[in-house]
Amino acid sequence: MPENKEFLFGKTLAELTEIALGLGLPKFTGGQLAYWLYKTDIDSFEGMTNVSKKTQSLLAEQYEIGVQPPVNVKESTDGTKKYLFRAGNGKFIEAAYIPDGKRHTLCVSSQVGCKMGCLFCMTGKQGFQGHLTAGEILNQLRSIPERKAMTNIVYMGMGEPFDNLDAVMKSLELLTAEYGFAISVKKVTVSTIGIVPAMRVFLEKSKCNLAVSLHTPFDEDRRRLMPIQNVYPLKDVIETIQEFDIGKYRRVSFEYIMFKGVNDSRRHVNELARILNKVKSRINLIRFHPIPGTPLESSDEATIADFQQALNDKGIVTTLRASRGQDIEAACGLLSTKELLKAQTTD
Amino acid sequence: MKRKLNLNKVKVSRQVQIAPGVFVLSFPRPWDFTAGQVLGIGAHATDEARLYSIASGELDEEVDVLFNINPDGKLTPWLAKIVTGDNIWVSEPFGSFTGTAEPAWWIASGTGIAPFSAMLRTGLIAGKKLIHGGRSLDSFYFHEKFKPLLGDNYVRCCSRDSAPGIYDGRITKYLSTLNQLPANEKYYLCGSAEMVVEVRDILIEKGIPFDNIISEIYF
Repeated sequence: MPENKEFLFGKTLAELTEIALGLGLPKFTGGQLAYWLYKTDIDSFEGMTNVSKKTQSLLAEQYEIGVQPPVNVKESTDGTKKYLFRAGNGKFIEAAYIPDGKRHTLCVSSQVGCKMGCLFCMTGKQGFQGHLTAGEILNQLRSIPERKAMTNIVYMGMGEPFDNLDAVMKSLELLTAEYGFAISVKKVTVSTIGIVPAMRVFLEKSKCNLAVSLHTPFDEDRRRLMPIQNVYPLKDVIETIQEFDIGKYRRVSFEYIMFKGVNDSRRHVNELARILNKVKSRINLIRFHPIPGTPLESSDEATIADFQQALNDKGIVTTLRASRGQDIEAACGLLSTKELLKAQTTD
Repeated sequence: MKRKLNLNKVKVSRQVQIAPGVFVLSFPRPWDFTAGQVLGIGAHATDEARLYSIASGELDEEVDVLFNINPDGKLTPWLAKIVTGDNIWVSEPFGSFTGTAEPAWWIASGTGIAPFSAMLRTGLIAGKKLIHGGRSLDSFYFHEKFKPLLGDNYVRCCSRDSAPGIYDGRITKYLSTLNQLPANEKYYLCGSAEMVVEVRDILIEKGIPFDNIISEIYF
């Protein structure tokens, strides 16, 4: 009997079918497994009531279900919840559940830490600890009590999704496939800083929504904020998006954190209007919640309102994201960094 | 999955192991580039290209690529077995982490030294200070080129081994000991995300405007 059993959760229907056939089971067992893994709450093989006891034992000899409960949860006064999951060896990842009327959004992580080193990001301060598997990404949904209420999934937690493309693409299949969680592609958004080759694969193979971290339309300014600009400049990101039929089936948005005196002037409005002129998209303005040691500050409310109005006046649909869960450190990376530091201190 | 970075075949002219698990691979230069730029490398035309900084000078006849083996990686274990005459697939150079003639601080960890090697070999050495961090004494790649040209402006920080003339500790420790850093000079950082983020925090804490900090991250 293998000591470290492989997890079934996170495997595609094709993979589950292959496992079934490999064990000498009928092909349809793959479909049965997918049903129990992605449509129900069972956490053991015994719960698979339409699978024979003999098959259950056979599976249990080599595999585990692989659903891991969160180790901690913090709840905000506004209903936002921050779930903390173990990611091995004293490391943690976070998922944020954000209820808003009929809309229930889960913000999931795709990596432990991050390699991208954006100046304004707390996750980057952890360094990079590792990639999450498709199962670990979707475990953030599967293992929380709000799972069935979830209407929207956003890949905006820890990590850069397109630096972990294969696992993210697999998780998107599991999220949106009929045999999987069967969430509409229109309700799933993947956010990237703009790793162009991987973004192109995503645009070719997935119909999910795309969000791009923009934060300033000027190249020189952007590379101070986001080192990725050195290799994949915004111009290339926008040109790549323009190659695809955006707008009809898929929404593209640009995330724009408002930094006081850095990216909140009329000059920035004009340049944004110029570079996004031919891209059917919207801009999502975000208030900045300062992180330790940052030289950046959030723009004030009046400036943000003016900026939003000026963009709307230019014909760019611009929204302002509500700040949620501030009392529970809901900004990605804050909670897990604290837990990481705690674990390191204890070690 | 295909990432559309166009790759073209080149014949490797040389591969040298310069430290345990660390190699310099060379091929005839097929294009012009700017010191500090990267190129994509794959084992086949349709491969997922990995990005590497060019370590040779703009006018050198050959392009040098510095890499270390990532045991979990797909490319580098294969790349390490390449010998003279084998083919690899490379993209055209790109990227804007490029050097200038102005005074600047170059700060690198491990193989993050490569773009600064390219800048040095292009002649952009006047007014430069280089701080290179490594775990062991054999991780100061290209020191034989840097030391004669930069002299005291070349600082090696070693976190595990000790030796005369080598700072005993990490880059972050070394930087923390410096009282005054020129705020009007540029600071170019290249290496792991962890090093870049930590060094950037220290520089900002010491009064360097973030406008003057330019980072290249290996991913």
